[in-house]
Amino acid sequence: MADQATLNTVAAAADASSGSLSGPRGNRPRPIFSTRNIVLYGTLGLAAIYYLVPLYVMVVTSLKSMPEIRMGNIFSPPVEITFEPWVKAWAQACTGLNCDGLSRGFGNSVRITIPSVIISILIASINGYALANWRFKGMETFFTVLVIGAFIPYQVMIYPIVIVLREMGIYGTLSGLIIVHTIFGMPILTLLFRNYFASLPEELFKAARVDGAGFWNIYFRIMLPMSLPIFVVAMIIQITGIWNDFLFGVVFTRPEYYPMTVQLNNIVNSVQGVKEYNVNMAATILTGLVPLIVYFVSGKLFVRGIAAGAVKG
Amino acid sequence: MTDYQVVRRPNTLLRNLNSKIASIPMILTALVVFLGGTLWTVFYSFTNSKLLPRAKFVGFDQYERLWASERWIVSIENLAIYGVFALIFSFVIGFVLAAFMDQKIRFENVFRTIFLYPFALSFIVTGLVWQWLLNPDFGAQHVVRSLGWTGFTFNPLYTQSIVIYGVLIAALWQGTGLVMVLMLAGLRGIDEDIWKASRVDGIPMVKTYLLIIIPMMRPVFITTLVIVASGIVKVYDLVVAQTSGGPGIASEVPAKYVYDYMFQAQNLGQGFAASTMMLITISIIIIPWAYLEFGGNKRG
Repeated sequence: MADQATLNTVAAAADASSGSLSGPRGNRPRPIFSTRNIVLYGTLGLAAIYYLVPLYVMVVTSLKSMPEIRMGNIFSPPVEITFEPWVKAWAQACTGLNCDGLSRGFGNSVRITIPSVIISILIASINGYALANWRFKGMETFFTVLVIGAFIPYQVMIYPIVIVLREMGIYGTLSGLIIVHTIFGMPILTLLFRNYFASLPEELFKAARVDGAGFWNIYFRIMLPMSLPIFVVAMIIQITGIWNDFLFGVVFTRPEYYPMTVQLNNIVNSVQGVKEYNVNMAATILTGLVPLIVYFVSGKLFVRGIAAGAVKG
Repeated sequence: MTDYQVVRRPNTLLRNLNSKIASIPMILTALVVFLGGTLWTVFYSFTNSKLLPRAKFVGFDQYERLWASERWIVSIENLAIYGVFALIFSFVIGFVLAAFMDQKIRFENVFRTIFLYPFALSFIVTGLVWQWLLNPDFGAQHVVRSLGWTGFTFNPLYTQSIVIYGVLIAALWQGTGLVMVLMLAGLRGIDEDIWKASRVDGIPMVKTYLLIIIPMMRPVFITTLVIVASGIVKVYDLVVAQTSGGPGIASEVPAKYVYDYMFQAQNLGQGFAASTMMLITISIIIIPWAYLEFGGNKRG
């Protein structure tokens, strides 16, 4: 029962994202301007405006010059569009003594995100595969600890990790941060892969066993090629999660390796100098751009990733 | 799943060896980092560690100092206000939006994309955008005033008594989309026949939702509650970006207290004690849930 419910949730979520494609169902169409429709679309429309306003304000602010911002109001479209704030945010904005803009943070974030995503997914998929198909005694207990551990506030665990990384001599470096991301990505990803591999037909696994394939052979030759969609879901979760991370970046790296989010915060919330709101907003959009692109491109799969995080173990 | 217990062999350690090797990262993470790290922090919260952890025990001194600290009390109060309102509003708004989305509407994909995109953004980005929108000299307040309503005051980020609500607005903007999607998935999981039956019986729609659908969605509500609540306890980046804990200490939160004491004030013992309190808060949410979820249930 429990597993059926789980699958239903995932299926429903996947369905939710393709709802409008599934063609007409249910009642006959009602008149367009019925009270029901006005209330329905009116409410949804108002909510949509609330969600969109911040994005709109970010974009228009970043395209205005400072005098224009001081004169007008934040909602008015720019009279004279300027891209200077974007250039400045990317290449000249200052954090402390460095004035090379967000490009440095962007580079760091790329160098953090790519290896973290690859390593964490590789490890978690193998773990999930072992959990689904090669059980041994006590394994579920470790898994339960792992999943519950995902809820423990990071603040409780960061200092011991700092000590361990310091002992290993990689505290403050990118590799240290990559290890941390791999560790904290593990609960959700292992859960995701375990559930996915467990949902594959067991005959497949058994047939491969009969044919003499072992642990790694089955993983690389059968499971991996069959599970590309779930790898994409895992990538979406990890890319957005790691890119958006702030706490680990600020705790586990030195300033020259700060990821984009940390650098953005330092630029915008620095107390020195005149506040340049247009540059700040351009910098904010630039930082949000990668997860936004991932979100808009992936659409349906993003929703599936969320549902995967929500279903029970 | 495959039951290997049927055939027992003498050497149990080497059995399924590859799987055991492959599980080493998981086991290390679970036992060393999650369990070990947590126990380590709790253990050292009873010491008077300052710059470096030292095993010199002082009993509950750190906790007494913690609860005597005004900043901690403010942090806890903020977390309580923020938590209660964030839960209520995100559930109500999320559910209502989901119920509306479930009416076989047009443009469902467009609406969902709009409601969910803030969730893809980081708390830092969220905090900074809302810092700008709520800026008293340029933002919402200024715009309303320039429309002719000159006495209008809405300046949460610089008003101590309401600053936490400014953070709340931003958090709701970022997070309700998630609740909406989870609720929508729950609604889609409800059997169509239930709706037909209630229509046959002539039960009004709102009543059907309140008395039939919501009770049926209990599992979805519980999972969502756990996810949202554990996110609330962890709230950190949003406050750092939007208010930096100010004005004064009016928008401090526990997670920020921990970070500041561990890495800035170099008073590790306080940081450990505060993080242990966070752990207790989370445990109150997680333990009943984990008990329901994993207790005596080996089905996986």
